[in-house]
Amino acid sequence: MYAQMVKTDSTRLRSLDEMDPVERAFQERVDAGQKIEPKEWMPEGYRKTLVRQISQHAHSEIVGQLPEGNWITRAPTLERKAILLAKVQDEAGHGLYLYCAAETLGVSRDELYEQLHSGKAKYSSIFNYPTLTWADIGAIGWLVDGAAIMNQVPLQRCSYGPYSRAMIRICKEESFHQRQGYDILMKMVKGTPAQKAMVQDALNRWWWPSLMMFGPSDDASVHSAQSMAWKIKQNSNDELRQKFVDQTVPQAKYLGLTVPDPDLTWNEEKGGYDFGQPDWEEFFNVIAGNGPCNAERLEARRKAWNDGAWFRDGLTAHAEKMAERRAAAKIAAE
Amino acid sequence: MSSEWPLWEVFIRGQHGLNHRHVGSLHAPDAEMAINNARDVYTRRNEGVSIWVVKSADITASAPSDKGPLFDPSNSKVYRHPTFFDIPDEVGHM
Repeated sequence: MYAQMVKTDSTRLRSLDEMDPVERAFQERVDAGQKIEPKEWMPEGYRKTLVRQISQHAHSEIVGQLPEGNWITRAPTLERKAILLAKVQDEAGHGLYLYCAAETLGVSRDELYEQLHSGKAKYSSIFNYPTLTWADIGAIGWLVDGAAIMNQVPLQRCSYGPYSRAMIRICKEESFHQRQGYDILMKMVKGTPAQKAMVQDALNRWWWPSLMMFGPSDDASVHSAQSMAWKIKQNSNDELRQKFVDQTVPQAKYLGLTVPDPDLTWNEEKGGYDFGQPDWEEFFNVIAGNGPCNAERLEARRKAWNDGAWFRDGLTAHAEKMAERRAAAKIAAE
Repeated sequence: MSSEWPLWEVFIRGQHGLNHRHVGSLHAPDAEMAINNARDVYTRRNEGVSIWVVKSADITASAPSDKGPLFDPSNSKVYRHPTFFDIPDEVGHM
């Protein structure tokens, strides 16, 4: 998802009997559905896993602005432009909520930025694909934000308080993102044959990368089992992918589009769709930094950060000057 | 690289008549910028009518381990709740 394949440092899941009293008390609180708050005792593995997951999630929100930012100056109408601007601004906000949640675990903002800018940190594979046409902006809202919602709704119940609260804020705002995307496509499919073809082309390119967002099957993964025991993760990757396909296929039909999967069939018995597997080799390649836009995205992000340095320095200098003046005025008054 | 800006805790009054409520935190070089940033980060959908910002470093918090000594004593004082007292129906509303 926005955080894919998060490692936990665990090699196997331990039972309550194998834990020392402090850890057992912690696990029992998690089992009872209580929230863990920043300064409370937590296993080091829990803290590290959360830092990885929340920071990956935050980086994804920040890098996620770039593919869409590409179209702000080229939106077809002033209204679409204003909407897209608001959406991209939300993504920045979501990144900030999440960075703050990560910081409550004892990692600094500078460290997190450094990890992103040096290429050490991961972000979602989906943002390494190019946005070639305006229909891609519709497809991203509909599919990418749709997949994100599928993952983020259960994360609102995450055992870590600050992450859970950040997710609640994010989910409130995310529905707008998906609807604005679908709205773009509803308009385009009613347009010229060329416009409709553009929408089909966008679906063809974004369908499989969207399914990859959930990550490979993790039914046998000890990291996934550990994350679930800690209630950092609530559903398996396959469960969420199935839900996403079941919800999205009818929406594609409504638009009169064909989902680019020859294996897609309704399975009456399970009450859901059977569908093909994404190209996992491609996924691992993108994760490893070899996707179509990995280098471009990181470069754009670094450039934005470096180009803003003079402005951040100016604000700091101004703040220092004002603080000095206040101190001098106070001395003069005494 | 410049030094990291301090962290500010943000409190928003959602509507007139309600208390300010903690909504999250952000980094800013000074209080004025913290208010500006809080406007953009936490009130994009008309969530507030007033903002407070406080430097996180200036907040003193109780320790999680103090939970028992601080809050347990009130458990045994159930008479602080009006439902502790049985008042006959004939008395009417009280």
